[in-house]
Amino acid sequence: MKQLLSIAYCLLSASIVFAQTANSIEMADQLRSSGKIYVVVGVLTTILVGLIIFLIMIDRKVSDIEKKINK
Amino acid sequence: MTMNTEITKTQSPFRDLGKRNWWKILCVLFLIYTVIAGFLIDVPHLPILHETIRNQFFHVCMWFAMITLLTTSLVFSIRYLSNQKLEHDIIASEAANTGIFFGILGLITGSIWARFTWGSWWTNDVKLNGAAITMLTYFAYIVLRNAITDEQKRGKVSAVYNVFAYVMMLVFILIYPRLSDSLHPGNGGNPGFSKYDLDNTMRMVFYPAFIGWTLLGVWIMTIRIRIQKIKTNLDI
Repeated sequence: MKQLLSIAYCLLSASIVFAQTANSIEMADQLRSSGKIYVVVGVLTTILVGLIIFLIMIDRKVSDIEKKINK
Repeated sequence: MTMNTEITKTQSPFRDLGKRNWWKILCVLFLIYTVIAGFLIDVPHLPILHETIRNQFFHVCMWFAMITLLTTSLVFSIRYLSNQKLEHDIIASEAANTGIFFGILGLITGSIWARFTWGSWWTNDVKLNGAAITMLTYFAYIVLRNAITDEQKRGKVSAVYNVFAYVMMLVFILIYPRLSDSLHPGNGGNPGFSKYDLDNTMRMVFYPAFIGWTLLGVWIMTIRIRIQKIKTNLDI
């Protein structure tokens, strides 16, 4: 009986260890749950949209110059 | 001068692409989706990588954009060799310039990622060294172009060199890393992202991401081509 119990204990502790290794991978869950990842997403989206608007403006400027040259 | 005036009359393969807007809108939508979903979706929890697995949506896409642009450059170099049209030379050189820019971004972002996962800014990984050699090969392409003043000679010599540089890129980025061990996924004995890590949620962001970044590269390339054509037309 004692042997059986000890074997069961070993197996159980092993499964606990496995469970811990699976959960111990550090992710930014805290950041996400407190909502602050949205700040980063907001900042990055702003930068991206800004750059794209800048690129569209350059595109239009080149189109204007092309039109003037063709005249 | 006759060569220069011809450039406005001939139909450029990218003239329509530069004027049409639907793919630019697609590019903007995909990129905004990438930034928002790329940070908010659930990613596989993996040791060492942790949240940096999200770099897949940004770093890896730089290389896809680079390969697309350099392939465009190769195609137009070969076309220049067969028809000697100056505009094909312009397209080839501007595609290569934009491609090199994305390659440098790929190297820098990879270096930052390596520092926090592999522990060093630069490792002697085959893919890192291969990418660095590729960049040097293409830097030589720029230097070569700047060294020759004669238009036709510059076009021919750089087109021939471009074919050589492209083959070197294929060898150093796609073939050589597969023959030896690498820290990168998908090379040597390493499992690829596609096998274990790139799950279906990540795919939903990764595919739009690399299409978006590649289209952005093409967009910048078309603008550079148009500016270069204006410069050639005005003889400046």
